Order: sequence, then structure tokens, then C-alpha cells
Amino acid sequence: MPGQTQEFALANPARPRESPLALVVRQLLRGKSSRIALVALGIIVLVGLLAPFVAPYDPSAQPDIVALKDLPPSLAHPFGTDPYSRDVLSRVIYGARLSLLIGVLATIVSLTLGVAYGAIAGYAGGFVDAVMMRLLDALLSIPRLLLLLGALVAWPRLSVGALVLFLGFTGWFGLSRIVRGQVLALKHAEFVMAARALGASRRRILLRHLLPNLVSPIVVAATLGVAHVIVLEAGLSYLGIGVPQPQASWGNIIYDGADQIATLWWMSLFPGLFMVFTVMTLNILGEALRDAYERRS
Amino acid sequence: MTPPLLSIHDLRTWFYTESGVARAVDGVSFDIGAGETVGIVGESGCGKSVTALSILRLIQPPGRIEPGSRIEFEGRDIVTLGDEEIRDIRGNRISMIFQEPMSALNPVFTVGDQVAEVARVHGGMSKSQAWDRAVEMLALTGIPDAGTRARQYPHQLSGGMRQRVLIAMALMMKPALVIADEPTTALDVTIQAQILDLLVDLQKKIGTSILMITHDLGVIAETTSRVIVMYAGEIVEQADVDELFAKPHHPYTEGLMHSMPHIGHDQERLNVIPGTVPSPTDWPQGCRFRDRCPYSWELCEREHPPLYEVGGAHVSRCHLAIEPERRNHPHAPLVVQEGIAAA
Amino acid sequence: MLRYLGGRLVQAVVIVAIVATITFALIHLAPGDPFSGVMDNPNVNERVRTTLRAQYGLDRPLPEQFVRYFGLLARGDLGWSFSHDRPVTEVLATTLPNTLLLMAIALTGSFALGILIALVQVARRGSTTDHALSAISLFFFSIPDFWLAILALLAFTYWLPLFPVGGTVDAVTHDYMGLGERIVDRLRHLALPALTLTVLASPGVARYQRAALLDVLPADYIRTARLKGLTEREILRRHALRNALLPIISLLGLSFPALLTGAFFIEKIFSWPGMGLAVITAIGSRDYNLVMGGVILGSIMVTAGSLLADLLYAWADPRIRAR
Repeated sequence: MPGQTQEFALANPARPRESPLALVVRQLLRGKSSRIALVALGIIVLVGLLAPFVAPYDPSAQPDIVALKDLPPSLAHPFGTDPYSRDVLSRVIYGARLSLLIGVLATIVSLTLGVAYGAIAGYAGGFVDAVMMRLLDALLSIPRLLLLLGALVAWPRLSVGALVLFLGFTGWFGLSRIVRGQVLALKHAEFVMAARALGASRRRILLRHLLPNLVSPIVVAATLGVAHVIVLEAGLSYLGIGVPQPQASWGNIIYDGADQIATLWWMSLFPGLFMVFTVMTLNILGEALRDAYERRS
Repeated sequence: MTPPLLSIHDLRTWFYTESGVARAVDGVSFDIGAGETVGIVGESGCGKSVTALSILRLIQPPGRIEPGSRIEFEGRDIVTLGDEEIRDIRGNRISMIFQEPMSALNPVFTVGDQVAEVARVHGGMSKSQAWDRAVEMLALTGIPDAGTRARQYPHQLSGGMRQRVLIAMALMMKPALVIADEPTTALDVTIQAQILDLLVDLQKKIGTSILMITHDLGVIAETTSRVIVMYAGEIVEQADVDELFAKPHHPYTEGLMHSMPHIGHDQERLNVIPGTVPSPTDWPQGCRFRDRCPYSWELCEREHPPLYEVGGAHVSRCHLAIEPERRNHPHAPLVVQEGIAAA
Repeated sequence: MLRYLGGRLVQAVVIVAIVATITFALIHLAPGDPFSGVMDNPNVNERVRTTLRAQYGLDRPLPEQFVRYFGLLARGDLGWSFSHDRPVTEVLATTLPNTLLLMAIALTGSFALGILIALVQVARRGSTTDHALSAISLFFFSIPDFWLAILALLAFTYWLPLFPVGGTVDAVTHDYMGLGERIVDRLRHLALPALTLTVLASPGVARYQRAALLDVLPADYIRTARLKGLTEREILRRHALRNALLPIISLLGLSFPALLTGAFFIEKIFSWPGMGLAVITAIGSRDYNLVMGGVILGSIMVTAGSLLADLLYAWADPRIRAR
């Protein structure tokens, strides 16, 4: 099999054998908007990672619940303070850390489940595949928020870890379809039959050829998936059923200010701006990746 | 002498791409008279389709018709016309038929609607008038039961019938010139003959001129009265059809003729012209056919041949016109000598 | 065609059945039971709990409960809502129309606006207008639903008091208004939530339709249209759009989940008494049945929407219709 690859490369000297990941990353760096988005995202991730060093105050400290509560933005507190006299800027910075963390972890869970489910369904074929697909159809018919609400009414007072799992368990449906499609396509590909004629096992071939083909859709699903989870987590926290208090997440901060939206406007505005900004960069990157992937195939 | 219907002077259509400027059409001049059928023959990439698209100003960026080109038609220069005026010509005074009848029709409208549209745009007809005229035209192109067929959608018609629809569409306003770009290439051989007969027949009935673009010498022989041979963005030979087949002058034309298999002759291998067309971003100096020519010599490398007159209305872009004895000493073309292509 | 429809209906029923099974599993996998909400109160006598449990068959073996559950579901009985003290079906039936109203307006509005924006962008592709609209689309596409609603509330009811803060009608004075005034009052209350949901849904449509139009433009039949002497605008509107509308119908079916989710948040923030507000409030009061009823209803809506979209597509595409 390695010999086969070499021959093919020699026959087409104009087409270097770049790994799909390298190709995709190169495509990403080509567009101006995706370069800016990459830098912007990098800054946000950095801020989140270095939160303890960047935040001016302790996000959970309530220094003076009488004198320092509900202060509008000022030099000392650029994003103001909340009803518990906590500094909002610090909370927003720590919120970046938590929201991104939740986003990434939940997406990892989703990706794993999605690939596993799709691969099993595609490989198994026949009745098993049919049943799995019907189940998938049903899961896809429930709007993700609704599914989460259904789960959360049954399991109230979740820890962050459990929240990550729930978010992860609800985000793999679309990817599994794509994975299944790839597996099916590979199963019937001619070179698989040729390779089998040479003695390779079907499973081995699938594994060897499946993963490279999946890199691109997985990366796209991951990027866009993180964006979705950030928005979803914020929404749940805003409803009071997401990240438990008193931890700072962007949604939580808005929740804290929800009772007095008009007077404590800074509590709704700034976390929201950060959210939009982060989600925009992720969307730009995810779509640039998707365009690169589609152009290749 | 009546002035020609269409007169092209030094047409240059260049494409500005990332890999350079592709000079797809590089100085083409010819005329088409009223009621004439002129053919342009050449292999893919020679610029014949781009020439056709240029006539109707259908070249889109990054391509453009270079300033200095002139296309005279009915007293106006098409190259410099305004948008509204060129739209007035399209479908009305000059129309075009393409080679892909499968995809040239909009799948969501009925066939009749699409043919009638031409009359609504140009003839100012009402919907029902245009429809009647469309059905008439469809019947004229030999579609049986035209009234019913007109109400059908493109996917319900066969390839041959779709081409007839496109021909009907092209002839709706009885244009002065119809450009047919490989109209039969995508069709079955038996249907090809029918469509060609139809075109010749309609031309006689309506009196329109036809510019027939093809790579198939058989089509040229059947339908045209005058032939233009194109290669590498230029005209390399032009003659009346009988003269061209009897006495081809340019080595490329010779090669084309020889590569047609002859029934009755025993041939072990097909004759091919070795090598490939050079890249339009990089036309070679001197004669562009030099590398593949069995007669070329140093002059061919040094000087780009002009169109020599080789008899009456017969012209050829080949230095053999001034040193005809070299035709008796053929050699292996340079591409074969350099091992790039097989003999 | 009828056979296709029949097949799809069967599929839809199967899907709803699976969803019902999932909700059943959720209820019974969770800690506590549907009565925990009522039961958390230590003042409630233990005997009351036992009686209620027996009454609702919660002390029966699981398979028996499952069958019972499905039986009730098939008859349209979604259980009892504790927080509303009425059958779940009744609560949903009274609140659903309000949600549907919002969704219907947002659906038509967003598609109209989205298609318009896409047409403008494609007619001027590559220009500053095109780029600006793309950027604006991306911005609104990335905004979390609830945040835009909060901003809208802040901007148009507090800072610029143009619209009322919430509800469908003015709670105090509506009954005393004349007919004309009452209509205006309803419209004023409807305006902001409906508009916000429309704005949330539009960028998705605009981006999708723009891509669909650009996909269609290089087609051969577009070249044919140009050959006939049509103006670029006519080509865009008559030939390109008609073909590019087909994929948009599919988008119609796919957009129900997002639209429903958006409606949920909008209803919460604008206190709009729809299904979303009911379900969200039910979470606070641990009203299992109402939430699960909402899940099942939501799934039915999405499935129905997707089925309708498929039918519409089959009707609209002559290549399929002729079969």
C-alpha cells in the first residue's frame, strides 16, 4: 500500500501530498478576515487563560456590599459593579475563561460521541444502521434548548462538570450524520475492494482512510460547535439553570443584572459584547474552514 | 459588392488570470456575408468559442475584449456599444446555440415559456401572441405535437428535442446571424445528422447567416460554404470549403484532414498530430505551430507568419507559401525529436 | 405523491414515538420523581404522597408505566401540570397560539427580508454594499437570541419608550378601550417581540439565499437568458431567483428548531405568554409534565414543519412534481 501511494505521487508531480490539516490551516491563513479572526480569538483565549493575572480584582470578592454595590462604569471599575459589589470587569474576564472552557470541553464530548455513533452506524449497516438513524432523526427533531430544558428539569442544581456533559450529549447529532456518510462512501469505494483483493481487512482500510477524510468536517464542527455551546450556556445561565452561582460566566452576569435591566445596564451590555465578539470570530473561522473543505472536494 | 453582414477586425480577447494573461483570441479578422454559412474549425483551446462569445459581448471578467478590436455589424461597432444596445442585438439580430442542450434550458419553466420569452423581450408581444409564435417556431424545427410539447418542462424532452427548442429560441426573431457553437457534439450520431439538416433547411427558409463552430470536419463539409481554421488564438487558414478539402495548405489543416479515419482504408493506428496546443499565457515566438509541424525550419522560429494569399480567396498563415519546396522534405516534428511526444 | 406522503407520515409518527420514549426515560432516570416538586414541602403528609403516587401509577413496575404513558399520549393526554393546576394539554393549547403567532410573523418577515438582502448583495456582488451587508449579517447571526432581546427591550422600552415592556395587552386599560384602540394596543405589544425574532432569523436566510443565488449564476441556462437579451436584473429576478428559491424551501423546514428556541427567549424577556414562557417558568417550579409536554410538542412542530417543507419542495420543483 505505501508503494501505491508513491506511484500515484510520481504520476502527478504537480500535486504534493499535503495532509488535509495542513492544507486547511494554510487556507485559513490566506483570507484577511480569517487572519483577523484568528488573532482576535487568540487574544480572547489568552485573556481567559491568564485571567488571574489580567483581572484587576477577585471576581467573587464582595468588598463592600453597601457602598460599592451597583456602581456604574468608572475608572476604578471600568465595567461597573454588581448588586453584590463584585467588579464586573473581573467577572467578565473570568467568565471568558469559564465559558470558553465549557465550550471546548462540551464540544470534545460531542465530537467523540458524534464520530463514534456515525462510524458504528455506517460500518454496521443494515438493520442496526436503520435503527440508529431513526433514533438520530428523533433526537434531531427536538430543538437543542428544549432537550436541555427537559434534562435540566429532571436534574436541577448541576455542577459545571455535569453541565458540560449535558451540553456535550446534545451536540453530536449533525456530525454523526456526516461521519456515517463518509463511512458509507468508503465502504463502497473501489479502492477498498481493490485493497481487500490484496488481502487487507476491511476494518483496517476503513480506519486508515476514514480519519484523514474526517479531519476537515470535524474541525469545522468543532469550531462552530464551540460557538453554539457558548451561546447555549449563556442562555441557560441567563435563565438561572446553567452555571451555578456564584461562579462567573457571561450568562450568569447578565442573570445577576436581569432584575434591574434598565438601571444596571452595564451588566447586560459588556458580557454580551464579549459573547458576540467571540462567537463572531468562531463563526468566521468555522466558515472559512468549511469553505476550504468544500472547495477541496 | 454588398458589404458583409459582420466584419471582425483584429479581435483580441484576453483573460487576466493569476497565472498570467491568457490571450485566448489574439488578432482575429474575418467577414460573414448575408445568407452565408461560415465554419470555424479547430481543436479545444484554439479560441473559437471565445471568438463566438466575443461577438455577442458575453465575455466576463477576468476576460475582456481588448481596445482596438472592432466588430462591425449593421453599421455599428459591437465592441463599443452600450449595454442596452447590445441587449437589443442579443436574441434579436444575432443569436447563439450552444452545445449543451441538457443544461441550457431553465428547469423550472416550461419550454414554451422560455421560447416565448424572446418575443416578449424583443417583439413587445403580449403573452399569448408570443406563445403562439413560440409554438409555430417549435413546429418549424420539427417537434411533433408542438402545442403540447410547449407546455412541458425541459427534463421531459430528449436531448435532440431540447436542441430543437434552442434552435427555435434562436430563430424566433428571425435574426440576421446565428452562431452555432458545437450544436451537435453532445448529441447521438443519428440525431446529429437530423439537427444539421434542420439548420441548413431553416437557413434557406429564413435567409439567416450561420457561423458554425466545430472541431468536426464532417460537420464543416456538410454545412458550410467557407471555412476558417483556428489554432492558438489565431486564424491559420481560410478558404472556400471545397478548396480547403481539396488543397489544404497549412500543415495543421493537413494534420486535421489526415487524422480523420477513412472508411475502406486499412489503418493500424489513427494518425494524430503529435504534441499539444501551447498555453495561451505563453504563445511561442514565431509560428505557434512550429513544434508540431513536420516542415518547420529556422524562419518559422524567427518570424511569426502573416496570412499569405495562396490562391484566390484562400489564405494561409504558413511560410511554406514563400518556400513551397520544403513541403517535399518533411521531418519529425520538434516535439517528437525532443521526446515530449510520440510520433 | 400520495405514497410518499403516507411514508413520511409514518416516519413522523415513529419519530414522535421515539421522542416520547426519550422524555419518559428522562423523567424516570432523574433523581426524585414528578412529585418531588410538590413533595419538597415538609408539610405535606407522607400519606398524601403515597396516595398521589398510587393514583398516577408511580409505584407500578416501569414497563407498565411505559405502556400507560404511551396509552395516555396516544389519546392526547400529556399529564397534569402542577404549577398551573390544569391538564398540560390545556396549558399548552392556550399558550401555543401566541408562540405560533410570533413564529409565523418572524418566518414570513425573515424570509422576505433575507431574500431581499440576498438579491441586493448578489446584484452588487463585490461592491462595498455587498461587503457591508455581509458583515452586518454575520454580526446579527452571531448575537445570542436573548441578548438581542434584552438590548431591544432596553433600547425601545426604557431609553426610547416607544413600546410597552411586555405582555400581549395593557393589563390595566385594555378592557376599557374601544375596538380601534384595542387593535393598536395589541399591535404595540406584538411589535417588538415579533420584530426582534424576525431580525434574529433574517441573517441566516440572507446568507443561505446569497449562497444559493451565487451557486445558480454560473449555470448554462443563465447564459441562455443573457443571450436572449434580458437585463441583468431580469435574469436575477426571473431566472436565478426562481431556481435559488428551491433550496430556501428546505431552509424553511430546517429553521423551525432555531425559530422555536428564539421564541422561547423572546417570550421570557418580553413576558409574552406563549409556550416558551410556560415551559421556562415550569422549570423553576419543577413541573416535569409541563416541560416534557413542551418537549414533545416542540418535536411535533419541528417534524411537521420539516414535512410541510418537503411537500412544498416537491410541489415547487417541476422535476419532482411530474412524477
